Amino acid sequence: MADVVPSDPSTLEPPPALLEAIGLTKRFGALVANDHVSLAIRAGETHALLGENGAGKSTLVKMMCGLLQADSGELRFEGAPVSFPDPAASRARGIGVVFQHFALFDALTVVENVALGLPRHEGLAALAARIEACVHRYGLQVEPYRRVGELSVGERQRVEIVRCLLGDPRVLILDEPTSVLTPDESESLFRTVDLLTAEGRAVLFISHKLDEVRRLCQRATVLRGGKFIAEVDPRRESAASLARLMVGAEVPRTPRIVTHELGEPRLLVKNLNLKGDGSRGSALIDINLEIRAGEIIGIAGVAGNGQTALFEALSGERLGGDAEAIVIDRTPAGALGPTERRALRAGFVPEERLGHAAAPDMRLSDNVLLTTHGDGRNVRHGVISHSVLHAMFGEIVKRFDVRFGGRDPKARRLSGGNLQKFVIGREVLREPVLLIVDQPTWGVDAAAASFIRTTLRAKAAEGCAVLVISQDLDELLEFTDRIAVMCEGRLTAPVPVEETSREAIGLAMGGAETASAQGDADAA
Amino acid sequence: MPLKLERQENVPLAGLIAAPFVALAVTLVVGAVMFLAMGQDPVEAFRIYFIDPLGDPYTLQELVVKSCPLLLIGVGLAFCYRANRWNIGAEGQYVVGAVFGSWLALATHGTEAGPWVLPAMLVLGAVGGAAYGLIPAFLRVRFGASEILTSLMLVYVAQLGLDYLVRGPWRDPAGFNFPQSVTFDAVATVPLLFEEGRMHAGIVIALVVVVVATFVLGRTLVGFSIELGGSAPRAAAFAGFDERRVTYGVFAVSGGLAGLAGIIEVAGPIGNLQPSISPGYGFTAIIAAMLGRLHPVGILVSSFILALTYIGGEAAQISLRMPFDVTRVFQGTLLIAILAADVLVRYRIRRVEGVRHA
Ligand SMILES: Nc1ncnc2c1ncn2[C@@H]1O[C@H](COP(=O)(O)OP(=O)(O)OP(=O)(O)O)[C@@H](O)[C@H]1O
Ligand SMILES: [Mg+2]
Repeated sequence: MADVVPSDPSTLEPPPALLEAIGLTKRFGALVANDHVSLAIRAGETHALLGENGAGKSTLVKMMCGLLQADSGELRFEGAPVSFPDPAASRARGIGVVFQHFALFDALTVVENVALGLPRHEGLAALAARIEACVHRYGLQVEPYRRVGELSVGERQRVEIVRCLLGDPRVLILDEPTSVLTPDESESLFRTVDLLTAEGRAVLFISHKLDEVRRLCQRATVLRGGKFIAEVDPRRESAASLARLMVGAEVPRTPRIVTHELGEPRLLVKNLNLKGDGSRGSALIDINLEIRAGEIIGIAGVAGNGQTALFEALSGERLGGDAEAIVIDRTPAGALGPTERRALRAGFVPEERLGHAAAPDMRLSDNVLLTTHGDGRNVRHGVISHSVLHAMFGEIVKRFDVRFGGRDPKARRLSGGNLQKFVIGREVLREPVLLIVDQPTWGVDAAAASFIRTTLRAKAAEGCAVLVISQDLDELLEFTDRIAVMCEGRLTAPVPVEETSREAIGLAMGGAETASAQGDADAA
Repeated sequence: MPLKLERQENVPLAGLIAAPFVALAVTLVVGAVMFLAMGQDPVEAFRIYFIDPLGDPYTLQELVVKSCPLLLIGVGLAFCYRANRWNIGAEGQYVVGAVFGSWLALATHGTEAGPWVLPAMLVLGAVGGAAYGLIPAFLRVRFGASEILTSLMLVYVAQLGLDYLVRGPWRDPAGFNFPQSVTFDAVATVPLLFEEGRMHAGIVIALVVVVVATFVLGRTLVGFSIELGGSAPRAAAFAGFDERRVTYGVFAVSGGLAGLAGIIEVAGPIGNLQPSISPGYGFTAIIAAMLGRLHPVGILVSSFILALTYIGGEAAQISLRMPFDVTRVFQGTLLIAILAADVLVRYRIRRVEGVRHA
């Protein structure tokens, strides 16, 4: 894909601000999540909002659209002061937001969900046609009549974006939209954003991927610890200099892959099939896979091609019936539930943090119990030891640098990246011999992403077998040993990263037979 | 004017604590209006309803006796409701428990059976209630049927079954054709705590249940899995807790405690089996559970408050000639007020904007 050329900064005078935040402050108890933050989103511009996990980006966005009320400060729309008592009020002014954590109803179809967000009611069929048109125009694949509960995170992200675009917003706010999109989908989104700004609309773009930001955005506001740090032109900065602004120090790079001896197979999947019973994800067809101690295998693919079903089949949430189809550490595990598989020292991290990996309305310390209650540490004879539980909680928080306000908040209160660090830390500290992670760095900042990848690498070096499912191809290429591709419920044979390329994997995602660089010529 | 509810980002803790008190206050205001409409002096009526019973030792005992079934059933319901399973049929489970236990009392009537009879009756009562509670659980797990409807409908089945028994096979032959069973033998009767009065050993059982339930819900993995299943079902499945097992478990506990309440009531204060063995305890206990915030200790307090509406209602029937339905109105108002207060704490009401598009 050719680089998108950033629109020419020919005008000397900055274009007028469409939506402006002036000195916004928001406190959560003792924590100051936003401390006199100012930001102006200008017509025809794409403005980036940068900052570490917990810097206050989502909080600022929520105040700018009326989901949260600022403690002090003011909002201006086209120069005039406004107040948005709720999101409906900002929507009426043409402000559309794609939130970091989705607000979709699982039980409803895509088109019904979209209809709920629109002020005027039109027929579902007409709306479905509009969705199809939008899909066609912007290249974001969405099927109007699928039930949202069946969709993976990547697909839900597309639904949220399409829903927002259908509202025809003048100001579009995107809170980490690309972290679960494939490179191709991100490209489509960027083209869409460029189209919108060319029409004189304004876009606020939040992302931890600094290369994206440098290509797409004309202006960037950096937050650190809730405070405004700088407004810069990202095109004139390097990824490293932006990161330095965000962190206030140098950011370590993920060390290069070290080759080492592989041990025995920790996970063996043989002819795994799963019927598409309409609950979640598409079916699995004849999946074969072997992961040996010491290696990291990546699974690439467009979201919605069976990754969720594969994860749930491996974690034991969905049972296929055949005990021999999944072998964990030489024990047939195909008929075992999640707790029994964890007893074989397997660890799982699902893609969806809120509601799947963690219970949103429970305290973080209680959330530790979710995957550790069978380990014989914090539960004795069915009785929970809260002191052990708190010690474990404290260790996760310390070792994985999970930051939050208060002592033990509900999971819902954490910023996206910090919750991700928590659920990864919870599994890693269980000392698993097999670790299966879906979207390991969804929404974590550059430093934390690098930390998570390094940790997974270190686990592999200690003899753990690691399976990583990700839509982020660059991530997979950076730190896995072999990559397989999932497409329509089938998995290609894993190919060593050195022997493959982005292009070959891209072809395989579209249905070609293999992801190896040689194979794609005759497969295409 | 279109209105809509919007979930609040930060629910104030103070609000959650205050909600039941506000609900009580609202209920009293509605009650005052109702008394006025009926031509009564509200102050006088309130005194008879809510103050006098608290000053009299006899009625105080009666209060405790009446709160006993509410407490047992309410604690059981807390298991269900925490797991987001809505058992509305405790009244039916109560009746079936009473019938199961009474069977043994009648089978051993007039024999030399020893003191094992009562404990066995209590066990039978709990088993009967649990079995009856498992029916809606099974229908939900197997066919996805709404447990709200099935459990409620099963109440009427149980009541009519009881009616048949006491009018037919179990009727006391020497009872002048009254539809009731023989009076239970001493070994089949719940003993009194004191020589005088009506306080019986069932109250001690209820208090033990409160302690055990507090421990199970608050400190054990079982309690945690119930809570988790109710608050985040997908996370519960991921944690390895089987949703079906939790559903069966909470219905068994809830039905079992309701059945236990039923047999204690029949073998205690009532003394034999009759067509009507409950002034709606199974339904009133729903209110007790909600008012007590689904916490056993909270339910201890709330079942006392609800028992007060029963006693006050009886007093008002006598001295003010007010119908017993007034008590029902009170209880209903209280339930609506609690549910409304909960919603208002957690959500904000907003007028829907953007109407000009239409
Ligand atoms: N409702 C809330 N109650 C209490 N604390 C909150 C709440 N929402 C956010 N916070 C805290 O405010 C801080 C900023 O959170 P915010 O979600 O804005 O971060 P962020 O910059 O979006 O981070 P991320 O990149 O991880 O998404 C965090 O420390 C978070 O724990
Ligand atoms: Mg955020």
